[in-house]
Formats: sequence, structure tokens, C-alpha cells
Amino acid sequence: MTFGIVVFPGSNCDHDAYHAAKHVLGQDAEFIWHKDEDLKGADVLILPGGFSYGDYLRTGAIARFSPIMHAVRAFAGRGGPVLGICNGFQILLEAGLIPGAMLRNRSVKFQCEHVHVRVEQLDTPFTAACRSGQVLRLPIAHGEGNYFAPPDVIARLETNRQIVFRYTNAEGQVTDEANPNGSAAAIAGLCNEARNVVGLMPHPERACESALGSADGLRVFESAVESIKSGALVARA
Amino acid sequence: MIDSKVLERHGLKPDEYDRIVAFMGREPNLTELGIFSVMWSEHCSYKSSRVHLKTLPTGGPQVLQGPGENAGAVDIGDGLAAVFKIESHNHPSFIEPYQGAATGVGGIIRDIFTMGARPIALLNSLRFGSLDDAGTRRILEGVVAGIAGYGNSIGIPTVGGEIAFEPCYAGNPLVNVFCLGIAKATDIIKGVASGVGNAVYYVGAKTGRDGIHGATMASAEFDDKSAEKRPAVQVGDPFMEKLLLEACLEVMKTDALIGIQDMGAAGLTCSTTEMGSRGGAGVEIDVSLVPQRETGMTPYEIMLSESQERMLLVVKRGREAEVERIFDKWDLHASHIGEVTADGMLRVKERGAVVAEIPNGALTDEAPLYHRPMATPEYLADVRKLDLDELAAATPETGTSAGGTLLALLGSPAIGSKRWVYRQYDHMVRTNTVNLPGMGAGVVRIKETGRALAMSVDGNGRYCYLDPRHGAMLAVAEAARNVACAGAKPLAATNCLNFGNPERPAIMWQLAQAIEGIGEACRALDTPITGGNVSLYNETDGRAIYPTPVIGIVGVLEHADRVVTRRFQAADDVIVLLGEGRGELGGSEYLKMVHGIVRGVPPALDLAAERALQTLLVELAAERLMRSAHDCSDGGLAVTLAECCFDTDGIGADVAIDRLAVARAESVNRAAALFGESASRVVVSAAPEAVSEVVRRASAAGVPSRIIGRTGGRSLRIAVGGDIAVDVTVADAERAWADAVQRYFAKRVA
Amino acid sequence: MRARVFVTLKTSVFDPQGKTIADALHSLGYGGVEDVRQGKYFELDLATSEAAQARAMASEVADKLLANPVIESYRIEVD
Repeated sequence: MTFGIVVFPGSNCDHDAYHAAKHVLGQDAEFIWHKDEDLKGADVLILPGGFSYGDYLRTGAIARFSPIMHAVRAFAGRGGPVLGICNGFQILLEAGLIPGAMLRNRSVKFQCEHVHVRVEQLDTPFTAACRSGQVLRLPIAHGEGNYFAPPDVIARLETNRQIVFRYTNAEGQVTDEANPNGSAAAIAGLCNEARNVVGLMPHPERACESALGSADGLRVFESAVESIKSGALVARA
Repeated sequence: MIDSKVLERHGLKPDEYDRIVAFMGREPNLTELGIFSVMWSEHCSYKSSRVHLKTLPTGGPQVLQGPGENAGAVDIGDGLAAVFKIESHNHPSFIEPYQGAATGVGGIIRDIFTMGARPIALLNSLRFGSLDDAGTRRILEGVVAGIAGYGNSIGIPTVGGEIAFEPCYAGNPLVNVFCLGIAKATDIIKGVASGVGNAVYYVGAKTGRDGIHGATMASAEFDDKSAEKRPAVQVGDPFMEKLLLEACLEVMKTDALIGIQDMGAAGLTCSTTEMGSRGGAGVEIDVSLVPQRETGMTPYEIMLSESQERMLLVVKRGREAEVERIFDKWDLHASHIGEVTADGMLRVKERGAVVAEIPNGALTDEAPLYHRPMATPEYLADVRKLDLDELAAATPETGTSAGGTLLALLGSPAIGSKRWVYRQYDHMVRTNTVNLPGMGAGVVRIKETGRALAMSVDGNGRYCYLDPRHGAMLAVAEAARNVACAGAKPLAATNCLNFGNPERPAIMWQLAQAIEGIGEACRALDTPITGGNVSLYNETDGRAIYPTPVIGIVGVLEHADRVVTRRFQAADDVIVLLGEGRGELGGSEYLKMVHGIVRGVPPALDLAAERALQTLLVELAAERLMRSAHDCSDGGLAVTLAECCFDTDGIGADVAIDRLAVARAESVNRAAALFGESASRVVVSAAPEAVSEVVRRASAAGVPSRIIGRTGGRSLRIAVGGDIAVDVTVADAERAWADAVQRYFAKRVA
Repeated sequence: MRARVFVTLKTSVFDPQGKTIADALHSLGYGGVEDVRQGKYFELDLATSEAAQARAMASEVADKLLANPVIESYRIEVD
């Protein structure tokens, strides 16, 4: 199977996602330039982290209008699995593929450090290989990861089980101290209503090798491979 | 038209003007004068330091590129080269901390990728006044935010560095930024223009009026009028630089380029002149073809502008369309602005008419070369006197009160955790960072080969104030030692020399002495200088900073998975001290913090012993015989031991060291044993079954070694001469250390 | 014709930057500044000389790109 990694002007973590998919997981991976119009037969799409368009205006606000986003939207509409990591998540939010928006971290500072997240839902293409309530140690690196949505939207996300990852401490408890950026409801990652598009602020591609501090992120990629192979998702680009 | 006032505004002396007239065979026009003024400025010509810099060792089988290009390069095996350099952006960071630091980062990154190397790591060395001062806190916050803003955006990890605090840097903060990149050894590109008729291209941001006379500002002190120089600071655009970086690397793969150079200090002037000079050719450009973002710019302004994120390229005949196409893909427009010529002149035209014409050589090779007078500073003789017995009276320490001193040292910003700072830097992007910040040298793996590169930047202004030559040697030794502690063999060095006004004989003496010391240490440790930077005139109202040479060292780890950090790994490991303490307190952090004085002489340094120690460390790491390694520096052995206990989930240590057999007050001896900063010492921990091998190899290498204790428990206990002198819980010590810098800034907004 | 677009965070949205600025002002002695909200200001040079058309263009651009409707609202001035 093939991971398609979309590259926007200013994307930085595209190579990291490629390395994780291809060299750590042993799958095929392709870069997809933002001006391309086809997805090169990718089975899974990744919108990687970085600073697309320098984060100018608002993070992800300009990238959402890139030509490739037509194909991404169509792919998602057909049920194709899409993973938005950090800036990728921000782009999905600005594109309206997932509801809500990002604000500046409540510390008003960029934060690069390891955090813990709890897996809340197993029925998404990126958590299928996880255990219920599993705690993953993943790095974050962002200045705007403070998730916001009006209260009625948050309520709907809870009811629909669209909150996929929540910030917790190492023991898996949601506490204010364990919330690195002030996100509403300790939200670290969400999915859309159809459950095929997932966005998260932490970087699973930075946690695929224990030499780098944690290999918990591999679960996220393994879930995608498992979901495709088991035929749980049939959409192709 | 050109009178003494005009000359002064351009930072040119009357005798320099006479030289210009002699070269030109006539009086220069204003545009030509402007061009000379920036090329002959201290910042661009190194006129005060060149004679001394020439004495530095720059060769060796590992050196692929020495000083003289945009960055240096060393062979790291497997056909790869590490391309690296350190640079300063001191004066702009005082005027506008965020943008000064940000554009400093941008500048050094360009120096690396212009050589054909993909930048993979950043380090920085920062120096500020006291954090008790609100102005200093504002500058530090701005500088850190600027480095983070630029480095994070462009996606290059900041993997380490150092921060120091001394009152002398209050009005003259130091911001030195180091960048390292990887290139195929055969694909390194130089900044050279050659081949008559080849096209000269400009690509990147449009040119505006920013930074005009930035080079001359960096060559002058601050005074009350410094605020007027505010327009000389530029705003960085990391997004533009990211596009430039990717596009240039793509163009370089096509081998369509003769040469490329970034436009930094003195912008278009410097790049055209230097490329022409290196290629023995002339360069002709028409400024009306230069993309401009302001209206009505004169040739003078266009040539002197320091707008950021611009590159100058020389393209092989016939390959122009190919190059333009690649830049268009990245939404960058490459403009054909001129040609390479045969006459060795820098010729500037405006809409076809010549407006300036200068022989390249006059601007580069023939720049003034000064042999400035030097004199031993008056303060020196007195400040070297240190009466430790007098101190004894003021040293109340008895029993375990040394523990209190240790906590105070750990809790001081100089020694304490810098996590509040490096947390703002993305240190993990590119998934190569093997050693997180605060763990020792910065270490990044090279995925393709299984090797890793270790790097460290170090300096000590206090030591150099007391003895510039010796202090500089200690800086080289420390940087190399940090690299060796990680398990990497030090290969080469880069230097950033931060000094005051070289027109003062005492300062010039400090500079010359420091360069001598760097030279001696680099020869002894076989770490040739591959390039660097000199920043002079770091003074305000006649008060200079401490002479502060900062050294960056790069080393290679044969196996990335054998990297060693400063952390104890397990309880019941054996702690071995390599090297010998002589209880030297001169210029120490202890002396400054506890007694409020900066006096004495810096610790002795035996370079042969240092080299033997470093070679041993690399060997022990390669054989997996060390579980941790941490060198003794600020705060001495006690601080080092404490730091080995941090980030370990509370592994403590029980240590016993001998009392110092020096005839002086016991309290002083105890303080000196614990906090003395004798050089060439490393605290190593090893599994019990490995210790005898460690000791055997140390002995074979001629390195003194002593088993001083065991890891374990939840406290750090240090006995001196049989008496417990320090007994603190690791939790207390780590809390003090963790809070050291943070407490000045911590205020949660929500 | 020039249009000015003022984009501000909706009142229900917490503004950490604004709060930081207010705190900084307080520590400088400006206790009289009770609250600060930070926003963005855009100047648009539009190819029209009719105010109504300028307002419409600015509004469309603000809706599409300049403001994020989840967290921001805007107002327009035309001269």
C-alpha cells in the first residue's frame, strides 16, 4: 500500500512522515506536490506538519486553497483515510473537513516536548491497532495547538465520539496540568463525522523509533496499514 | 562633495580615502564610496583581525573547505561532508531582539545551503546581562522568540547551545548562531563567478531600503544616538527562505550552476565582488533589473541594501531556462541581472549607463590590513591576585552547608536548567535528534550511514577577561570535550570572536592573545578552524564586554546508537572521575556567586592530557563501556555530579573525594574540592562489570582515574576527606535547577 | 479605493495574547487599562471607485480568507 504525503510550500515534516512510512514501516510512500491534481494512487493521505505559507495570516489558512485540496476533499468524500498532523490538522480545520479552529497556546509560547495522549476511539483508520484507553507518549511542537469550538460543537463532538485523542498524564488521567496548550476538553485529535479523516496536533512520525525517545507513534501508522489490508476501507485515490 | 562629514558617516578614515583614490586613479563618486565603505568595514574586511587570524591552523586531511568561503566543510566519511559555521548578530539583537536574532539565524542558514548542503542542525550561544534587570529579560525573551520563530518555521532543529549571564553583556548582548548541514563531498558549491558571458541571476525577496549601512553599524559602538540606527534592522521572512532553500538545493542537483552566494552583510555589493574576486573575473550588473519593493531606489541604495533572503547565482551558458523553471515551481522569480566579464571589475549600471566601476581586487584583497597597536590592559595585574585565605574568613561553610551552596549554584541562571528556553525551539524536526537539548553536546544522526554528528558551542568570558590566551584555549578544550563526552571524535572547529573596540590597544591585545590561544589548542587537539566570524566594537559608552571567543566543534560518532548522555542510567553503577582536580577557584562561578568577585587566574590546562582524555572517551563510548559521561565546568565537580542525577527519575549518588592537600583554610579547600573548576575532568558512570576495563584503559591512555562512588538512593551525598559535605535530595536539587531561569518568566496566562 | 478590514476574536474566545499584553501594561503601571483584545488590520487597495462595490469586495475577501468565522468577526471601513 502507498502513503501519499502532500507537500505544501513551507511543509517541513513531509520527509519525517516519508521516512516513517517507508523506512520504518516498510510501505511505499510518495510525495504529492500541492500544485498536482492527482494523488498518485495513494491509499492513505498524510497532510504533514510544518509552517505552510509561513503560518502567515493564520496557520493553514492559505494552504487550504492549494489546488491539491480539491483532490484531497474528493478522496475524503469517498471515504479515503486522511491523517492531518499538526499543521496538517490546522489545514483540515481551515478547510472545514473537521470542525473547529486553533488558537495560540495559552502559554503564548511555542512548545516542543513530549506529552501523553489517551486513545479515545478505536474505530478510525489511525487508531485501529491501538488498545482501548491506551496512553501514547508523543512529541508536540507547536505555537497554535489550543483547540477551540463553540460549546454546542464540542458537545456534538463528544456525543458523536469524534474526539480521538485527549491530552493526559502518563497514567492516562485528564488533568489541567497535563494539557500543554489549553485545548478545549483536552482535545489533542479529532475525526470527522464519517470517521475517515483524523487530525492530531502531536507528531506520531517523530515517535516511530525508540532511539528518538518513543516508538508509540508507530501505532498510528500501523493502524492505517491494518485498516487498508483488512479491507475496512476501500476508497482509492 | 565628499567631505570629512561624508567620510565619517561612511565609517571611512582620511587615509583609507586616500587609498581609494590611489586605486581608482580618481575620486570615487558617492555610489562607489558607499561600496568601498561597506567592503572595507570591519565586519566585511576583518581589517583589524586578519593579520592575527592568519596564524590559525586551518588544514588537515579531514578539511574539504577552509576559511575563505561562505562556510567550512569536513569529510565525515561515506562521501559526505559536514558544512558548518558560526556567526554573530550582536548589535542588531540589542536594537531589535526578535528580528536581530531571527535574521541572524536566517543569515547563517543561507551560508550553509549556499554551499550545496542541506542544513540539519542549529546551535546558539547567547550572552546577556543579569536577569534581575527587566531590560535584560525583555532582550532575552525577544532573542529566544526570534531564534524560535525563524528556526522552527524553516524546519531546522535547534539541538543545543549555551547561555551565559554577566553584567558586561547588559548593553551588548551576544547572539552567536551556529548551523551545520550535510552535502555530498563532491557536490560542494563555491561562491565563485567565472566564465565570461555566463549569466548572473538574482533570486529571492525584493530589495528594499532596509539595513543600509548595517555593515558599518556592526563596526561601531553604541552610544546615545544608537536609537537612530533603528532602520538598520531587517525583518526576516523564514517562509521565503524555506522556498529559497528547497529551490536552490533542487537547482544545485542539476549542476547548472557555476557558483552561488547569499546576500548577507553588504548585500549585492559583497556577493558580486567576492564571487568575482574568487573567480578572477569581473561582474557587471544593471540595478534597474533588480526586483525592488520600494520606489525610487538609487543605485547606492540598491547596492548597499541588506534586505534578507536573497541569493546571487552564476549560471552555466545554456542552462538559464532550466534554472528559471525550477525557481518558478517554487513560486520564486529568478531575475537575470548581469554577466560575468573578463576585466576583473565590479561594474554597476543603471538602465545601461555605468554608475560605478571598481576593480574587484581593490574591494577584497586590497582592503586595509591593520597592525593595530596592542598593550597589556591595566586592570590585569591586579585582578589576577586572589587571596583565598582572605576568603576563608568570609566563607561560613561548615558541616553540610556546602549543600546550600550547591543548591544556590544549581538555582542560578548561569548553571540552572535552560529548559524554559529550548522548549521554545523545535529540536525534533527532521527526526534526527538523538541527544535532546540539555543532555550534553547536540547529536544528530545521519540516516543514510548509521553515523551521527555531535556538536557543541562553548565560551567563557570570565576566564578570557582574566587571561585571554588561556581562556580561549579552555574554550576550545571544553567544546571538544563536550563532543568527546557524547562519544564523538572532534574533527574541526569554527570560531566567533566577540570583542570590544580594537582601536584600543588593550582590546586589541585581548583579541590577539585569544587567537593565539585558539591556535595552540586547535593544533594540539587536531581541530583545525574551517571558518568563523569576528564581531568587534561590542562596547557601550567606552565599556567593553569581556573578551569572548566562542568555539564550535563538530565530531563524528561512528555508530549513532552508541551516543552517551550526561544522565546516570541505573542505580548501583560505579562512578569514576577521569582527570584530576587541583581545587582551582580563579574566575569560577562559585567565586562570583558566593563572594561576588571575578578574580584570579583560570584553571590550568595541559593540552596533551586533554587530548588523551578525549581520545579515551571516544574509545570508551565506542566499546559501550560508559553508561554516562559529563564534563566538569561551571560550578565544578559537585554541580557535575548533581546534573548526572537529573532527568533520571531520581537516581542519586554516594560519592567520596579526597581533601585537597593545599596549605590553606579547610573551608576554602572544601569549597575548592567541590566547586573548583579544574579542567580536563569528566564524571563517568559504568556498569560494575565494566569498571575494571574503564580503569585499565584510562591507565593505558595516561589519564588519571579514580573510583569515587556509586549511583543509587534518592540523595546526592558527597564526602570530602571522609566528612560529609553535601547531603541533598535529588528532588530538592532538581527543583532548584529546574526553576533557575523559569522563575524569572513563568506566569501562566490561563 | 481603499477598504480597511478590522478582524477581531469573537468575544467568547479567550485571547491569551491580549491577556499577556494587559498584564504587561499593568506591570508598567497602567492599571487603568482593564482589558486588551488583540486583532488584525488589513488595508486593501481595490480597483473600484464606488464605495458600495468596495465594501462588497472587501466583505467577500474577508469571508473567504481574512477572517476565520469560527473564531473571528470583522468590520469594514471604506473611504
